[in-house]
Amino acid sequence: MSDLEPFRAETRAWLADNCPTECRGPMADDEMIWGGRNPTFKTPAHKLWLERMGARGWTAPEWPKEYGGGGLSREEAKVLASELRRIEAQPALASFGVWMLGPALLAFGTEEQKQRFLPEIVRGEVRWCQGYSEPGAGSDLAAIQTRAEDTSDSGGDHWIVNGQKIWTSYADKADWIFCLVRTDPEAPKHLGISFVLFDMTTPGVTTRPITLISGKSPFCETFFDDVRVEKANLVGTLNRGWDVAKYLLAHERTMIGAMGEVGGGRPVGQVALDAIGADDDGRLDEPMLRARIAELEIDAAAFRLAMERVGDQVKAKQAHPAIASMLKYYGSELNKRRHELLMAAGGADALEWEGERSHDGKTARDWLRTKANSIEGGTSEVQLNIIAKHLLQLPGA
Amino acid sequence: MPLILTEEQMMLRDAADGFLNEQAPISHLRKLRDEGDPDGVSRDLWRAFGEMGFAGVIIPEAMGGMGLGAVEAGVIAESLGRTLTPSPFMGSSVLSAKVLIDGGSEAQQAWLPRIAAGEAILALAVDEGAKHAPSRIATQAERAGNGFRLNGAKGFVLDGHVADALIVVARAEEGVTLFLVDPATAGVTVERTAMVDAHNAARITLSDVAVDADAVIGDVGQGGALLDGALTLGRACAASTLTGAGDQAFKITMDYLRTRKQFGKLIGEFQALQHRAAHLFSELELARAATLGAQLAIDEGRENASLAASIAKAKAGRVAELAVQEAVQMHGGVGMTDEFDVSLFMKRVRVLNELLGDAGFHAERLARAQGF
Ligand SMILES: Cc1cc2nc3c(=O)[nH]c(=O)nc-3n(C[C@H](O)[C@H](O)[C@H](O)COP(=O)(O)OP(=O)(O)OC[C@H]3O[C@@H](n4cnc5c(N)ncnc54)[C@H](O)[C@@H]3O)c2cc1C
Repeated sequence: MSDLEPFRAETRAWLADNCPTECRGPMADDEMIWGGRNPTFKTPAHKLWLERMGARGWTAPEWPKEYGGGGLSREEAKVLASELRRIEAQPALASFGVWMLGPALLAFGTEEQKQRFLPEIVRGEVRWCQGYSEPGAGSDLAAIQTRAEDTSDSGGDHWIVNGQKIWTSYADKADWIFCLVRTDPEAPKHLGISFVLFDMTTPGVTTRPITLISGKSPFCETFFDDVRVEKANLVGTLNRGWDVAKYLLAHERTMIGAMGEVGGGRPVGQVALDAIGADDDGRLDEPMLRARIAELEIDAAAFRLAMERVGDQVKAKQAHPAIASMLKYYGSELNKRRHELLMAAGGADALEWEGERSHDGKTARDWLRTKANSIEGGTSEVQLNIIAKHLLQLPGA
Repeated sequence: MPLILTEEQMMLRDAADGFLNEQAPISHLRKLRDEGDPDGVSRDLWRAFGEMGFAGVIIPEAMGGMGLGAVEAGVIAESLGRTLTPSPFMGSSVLSAKVLIDGGSEAQQAWLPRIAAGEAILALAVDEGAKHAPSRIATQAERAGNGFRLNGAKGFVLDGHVADALIVVARAEEGVTLFLVDPATAGVTVERTAMVDAHNAARITLSDVAVDADAVIGDVGQGGALLDGALTLGRACAASTLTGAGDQAFKITMDYLRTRKQFGKLIGEFQALQHRAAHLFSELELARAATLGAQLAIDEGRENASLAASIAKAKAGRVAELAVQEAVQMHGGVGMTDEFDVSLFMKRVRVLNELLGDAGFHAERLARAQGF
């Protein structure tokens, strides 16, 4: 461990110089920096913070340097993460490119695709969205119907894509989409799917927002009407897009699972103390709630360590095949529990939906948003099915 | 008394269900919410509610009510839970009416016919902090002249922003005392707080509010017992609304399990969901029994009625919470959209859980009562 100390010192010094004070402390969901062609930044300092982190490759610390990443070892990346936590640095970039597409491109992309797409993801210059789900294909993702066809007017180097996606988060704000399309309608459902990339400004792409229960609307329905997609933007092998999709889902699931670990903001016990007060011994003056919060903190601490351990296992190639599903399942259920308790701790104050005092119902809206954690990226039921199939060595695992 | 509804009670249920489904289904709530209605409740609907007799369900017949009991109040409360109708029923017809029936002077009881007719909206101002804690009232009532001066702050006052009169719980030298206060009195400020479920509550501050001696409901220092009676009835009715909301969310979910297909099957064919549906059904039966049990205990004047109401509120709260969580989850992405009703049930249940004490509050109360 001690050989990491110089790296830690160096990192700490760099962060001290480069992380603007405005970019430290808690950050609301809707203040996240998503980058893209038309980026919005909470403050100029946030722009600077992204530029600096992007230039160093630290928005994707473990990706190879040749593709713009940080080139850090796993151990170094942990040090970076802990130093960022130490100064309560806000994430420089929120990105489906970093969380999901990047790892899939690193594993399946051509050299050309990696050179072209990864550096701009690291620097937050292009915003991606995920075109997986369709009205009839949610949990049964392999049932997708969106067609990519080789027609006479496609000139041989293009497909013509037609179909509809649903629940596409931020499709209306994204620059590019990574998308599952059916390229062989005759083949068994898992074997006729391809994974393609295209620009959301391509003619024939339209989006329509869907309002969520939190009152916000990052979701869209996305329609493709004779969209021309370059064949060069196929990732992996034709008709074997399911392998890429599954690989990407594993990353997405780990990322969603990790939300249970981060939690964000003040510890639930502190929030409860503020709202409810202490008894004469300084204990939270609601014994039932106090017990539930303590149970949560035990699970959360154990989960944090499990996350870390899984990272180490992956590096050492010892990870259980069901592990991504386990993290997704447990992490998202944990995060939901945390927010249920935050609501209980906040009492009547947490029920306010509008107005300055409640920051327009931030606690309540965040609580409602977490209900999606066990649905997005594959539901808890589907994760449990996957885990059980692996455990019982059933077909399809 | 058997733990089932009588024929008359079933008729009342059908009438309430019929009325609400026709006059105020969930689209009524959506409309008030989306139009940012300043009241958040419809006065016209409240009047119609009065004409049906529902608003005066527990108010004596001599004062224009139906003179019925807690079971009947619960029947109506449950219907309101199924349709999520924003209504002054809890604040006016249950909490405030109960206080006035039990302790009001003749002049104060003059409000009862107006409540029964759906003409007046009253609000009970009890909570002060983020959590329900009626044993820790800090609002002060100091003697001044031949009356009192009130100082304090109240929160989560149901319909406080549209109330024609407030019942304020305060602490006088002699103990907890209830006051009937005109919200237009100097020193009263009312701020509407729009809640997550688009129903309404208010924060109310009282600063040097002067009231006459005849504003006292019952006797000075004797408000605790009056408050207990109202809280017990209110909790039992809240349990009914929770049961209604939970049950309706459950029904919507069962319909979805019967129609949505994935993997070439109805999702209801997956055992992972079947067992949960069966479990939820069991839980809902318990909630219903606990709720009716509490209401019967109240109507029969049993000594344990207050604890029975705590059991009902805690059980129905936890069950309804489970029902709405399962509803969202079993709907998948659809469950997360505003357009789909299950989300509205989730929001309403969260608020009702906090109202008049959450499950933890009532569990703690039970533990103390049982001496552990
Ligand atoms: C906030 C949010 C963001 C999202 N973002 C995106 C995005 O950016 N891009 C994208 O493509 N998609 C996105 N999704 C869609 C998401 O991936 C799907 O909602 C999810 O896969 C579930 O599919 P569904 O909604 O069709 O539910 P369904 O598949 O219809 O599921 C309904 C219920 O049935 C259960 N069920 C289904 N099959 C089984 C089974 N075999 N065994 C047991 N239970 C089963 C489910 O668990 C669920 O409870 C998002 C969803 C949410 C909520």
